[in-house]
Amino acid sequence: MYQHTRLNNNQFSFFQKFKNFDYILLVCILLLGFISLTTMYSTDGGKILFHTKSHFIKLIVFTLMMFVFSFINIKFWFSIGYLSYLVVVCLLIWTYMFGITSSGSQRWINLYFINLQPSELMKIFIVLCLAKYFHRMKLENVNSVYTILTSLIIIILPMCLVIVQPDLGTALLIAISGIAVLWFAGINHKYFIYTLLGFVISMPFIIAFLKPYQKLRILTFLNPDRDPLGAGYQIIQSKIAVGSGGLFGKGFLKGTQSYLEFLPEKHTDFIFTLFSEEFGFVGSAILLIIYAIIIYRIVAIGAQSRSYFAKIFCYSFSAAIFVFITINMSMVLGLLPIVGSPLPIMSYGGSSMLATMIGFGIVMSAKVHSQQAIA
Amino acid sequence: MINSSSDNVKKLNSINRRMFITGSLKFFIMIGLVSRLFFLQVKENKKYLTLSDKNRIREWKLAPVRGEFYDYFGNTIAGNFEAYQLHIIPEQVEDFRYVIYRLKDLLELSNKEFNKVLKKKNEIKPWETLIVSDNLSWTKFSKINNHLYDLNGVKPVISISRNYPFKENFTHVLGYVSQANEKDIENTESIKKNFVPGLKVGKVGLEKSYEDILIGTNDIERYEVNAYGRRISQLEFQKGEKGKSIRLTIDTKVQKLAGDLLKDKAGSICVMDIYTGAIIAMQSSPSFDPNLFVFGISNDDWQLIRNNPLKPLVNKTLQGNYSPGSTIKPIVALSALENKIINTNFTVKCTGKTEMYGQTYHCWKKKGHGFVSLRNAMKQSCDTYFYEVARKLGVDRLSETAKKFGLGDKVFGKLFGIEKSGLIPNTQWKKNALGKGWLLGETIITGIGQGYIQTTPIQLCLMTAQIANGGYKIYPKIIANDDNKNEPDDKFKALFKNSNHIKIVQDAMFGSTNEVMGTSYRSRIENKKYQFAGKTGTSQVKKITERDRELDLKTFEIPYEERDHALYVAFGPYKSPRYALSIIVEHGGNGSTTAAPMAKKLFKLIIDRHLLRQSINSKKYLEI
Repeated sequence: MYQHTRLNNNQFSFFQKFKNFDYILLVCILLLGFISLTTMYSTDGGKILFHTKSHFIKLIVFTLMMFVFSFINIKFWFSIGYLSYLVVVCLLIWTYMFGITSSGSQRWINLYFINLQPSELMKIFIVLCLAKYFHRMKLENVNSVYTILTSLIIIILPMCLVIVQPDLGTALLIAISGIAVLWFAGINHKYFIYTLLGFVISMPFIIAFLKPYQKLRILTFLNPDRDPLGAGYQIIQSKIAVGSGGLFGKGFLKGTQSYLEFLPEKHTDFIFTLFSEEFGFVGSAILLIIYAIIIYRIVAIGAQSRSYFAKIFCYSFSAAIFVFITINMSMVLGLLPIVGSPLPIMSYGGSSMLATMIGFGIVMSAKVHSQQAIA
Repeated sequence: MINSSSDNVKKLNSINRRMFITGSLKFFIMIGLVSRLFFLQVKENKKYLTLSDKNRIREWKLAPVRGEFYDYFGNTIAGNFEAYQLHIIPEQVEDFRYVIYRLKDLLELSNKEFNKVLKKKNEIKPWETLIVSDNLSWTKFSKINNHLYDLNGVKPVISISRNYPFKENFTHVLGYVSQANEKDIENTESIKKNFVPGLKVGKVGLEKSYEDILIGTNDIERYEVNAYGRRISQLEFQKGEKGKSIRLTIDTKVQKLAGDLLKDKAGSICVMDIYTGAIIAMQSSPSFDPNLFVFGISNDDWQLIRNNPLKPLVNKTLQGNYSPGSTIKPIVALSALENKIINTNFTVKCTGKTEMYGQTYHCWKKKGHGFVSLRNAMKQSCDTYFYEVARKLGVDRLSETAKKFGLGDKVFGKLFGIEKSGLIPNTQWKKNALGKGWLLGETIITGIGQGYIQTTPIQLCLMTAQIANGGYKIYPKIIANDDNKNEPDDKFKALFKNSNHIKIVQDAMFGSTNEVMGTSYRSRIENKKYQFAGKTGTSQVKKITERDRELDLKTFEIPYEERDHALYVAFGPYKSPRYALSIIVEHGGNGSTTAAPMAKKLFKLIIDRHLLRQSINSKKYLEI
């Protein structure tokens, strides 16, 4: 403890920072990266094609980026909390005005080397922003109307910008990330219960306002067989793929459902389906365990952190990651309606991976600088 | 920092408490996910595995190989030949337009055919097979093979198809095959089961009757396909079974001779074994080439067949309802003898015409035959004699005998769907069918096979055979394979009360052919080996008026449609009968001049081939 205090006053040496790394988390992330790469190789039909190459490059670049972020003092992340949020909001506005449109929604900004999807970044930076917001707040002030309203505005502003793209799924995930912070910040649990109740009651009205294709997704979820070749196709084929995998799977590169193109969106949202088909229940369970370890390590890092900011960020980030994983898997396993939500790291998609890696970088930074106090 | 330390502790307590709640929640949700995975992947695995296989495995059926037809001696009369076809899979062709125009030149396709191919191409998926030509000649096929180097994607294919080597000779027996249509698929289970596009099925004749046996079963190819139905790889090839082949009782040589004899005429020849009922020949003329139908008949050919005034599409042996004319006389005589109306000594004076019930009935011989007994009446076919016999006999007793000998009933039952049953009238029939009472005058003309009475050539043949074999019932058959199978118990049941009566009729028929004054005396064969006995018949198509009688025109002077049908029934060799035949030549004029000479030629051939035919039989027994 003394030693720590002493070190605390001095700057960490590079090697000591290195020593402070969370190696279990690191190994899990690298393992996940490797698994995602092999799965991507399988989606390309056992050849190194565009998706595999692109995924590989992104994986390398963003992992290196994560390393760099780990060495940056947690204080820095604290200091850019609001700024980064504002930057992403600006990017969302930019997207709204000049974004690239693909399959009916305007989500991307062309940065020449990458098509950036700011809404994905918002999933992380909203946590960072709210974590900073609640860092210095006294517990008695947390439940004041002013605080709640401010935090709700922080959440609703980007949500609106994402909904207009339109991308309801990502907007919901942003909201969940933000709400996770509110929860950990100590906002009275009654509010959560009331909100939930209100949400359930207003469900029919919300459905009335949904777009036809969104209504269709809900109907399809309730009964996929109502249109097996149309709206229900994805979920039926996905369940067939997972179910036919069996205990040990059909074997690497032998997933007939994906190989013969029965699976839709196999690179992105349905990547778990392909993995599950080829590696079976055992492989899927192992993947889930890796994710569980990652989530557990993030929580543990939060618990070790001295600063409230780091704590609340880690807890919220772990909750958010958990929700992303759960929603994606529930969706492909037919437990939830289809919402566009990628599986962190596994799914193909630069922005999602970038956001997740930034999150891991900040968590790693919190670990490396766990004794760093923030005024 | 120190000031807020108590607040900090509170904040930490709060966040840790909530983390604990969240952590527990996460744990249970994780468990939920794993259970769902377990449920799908382990518990329901079989169900989803089946569904996944259903997704990816698709079967392709190939056309089954059709069973063949053989004649009695094992010659193929409906076989399978290798048709040279040209297939293209459009997506495998780099420049489809170039290739198709190149093919147009090479195959000398007409614009019409060419457009048909282009239309077909637009209807199929690019990875499906486009059949450019389904039956190429060898020269064109080899020409294509020589040009394959610049016809990328064109596949010369040898496929199996129906062939009738004897062309029009067996058309009315076998029928023909052609592409199955919706009705065929709907009505026949075996076609439904084995259907593939382009499948050829029997349309008429035995090809249709024995469809279930002939069709065989499909080869099945199992392919792995992708979501768009494209074949990825072959998983399995399941060989189908060839359809069973069928051997007929027909002798191709006799069948061909019958065809030659009837060339350019409308008519029928039918030859039968009088003990086994085996059909030796069954020819209906004119015929047509069934090969034309296999790949779809062209409109020109079809119109030619359809509009032929001699009606090639009608199977005259089975479908032709003719007045039997004098060929009915053996039955009338037999019936009268059986019913003890007359005996051999019964004599009638023929003056050329006779008056009965206020009407005049003419004999064919104007001058009359004078006093005639039964034997002479049969021999010279005296009409006056049979008017008198019929009058005494009555139509009901006559119809009873006629029916016993197979007239007025379908000979092959349901085997040929098209067969007609003819008509043997009696008083009851007329009341039921026409609602009128029987006139006695109608009995008189029934006695010489005119009036309501109608028979098919196959019935006449059966009748003659049953007289020839001593008066025993037989069941005609055309399939050689099923000897002694499913034969009814009443085979060889005696159809007479006194076998002497049959002998009297046989003897009279012998006289008719082999004695001076007999109606077919000119067609006799004196060699005992071939000697046959028969009865001529001339069936009027229209009522003969007084004017006609005065004119007494020769056959060639009468318009074709008004000429009489010429008939002849016979059996031989006389000393130990074995074969019976019936001949009918539509509008052929006189039975004795047109039909009987054909019998002479036929008997020569049939009896010459008898030993050969027997040897096939004994060989069969040796094998066992």
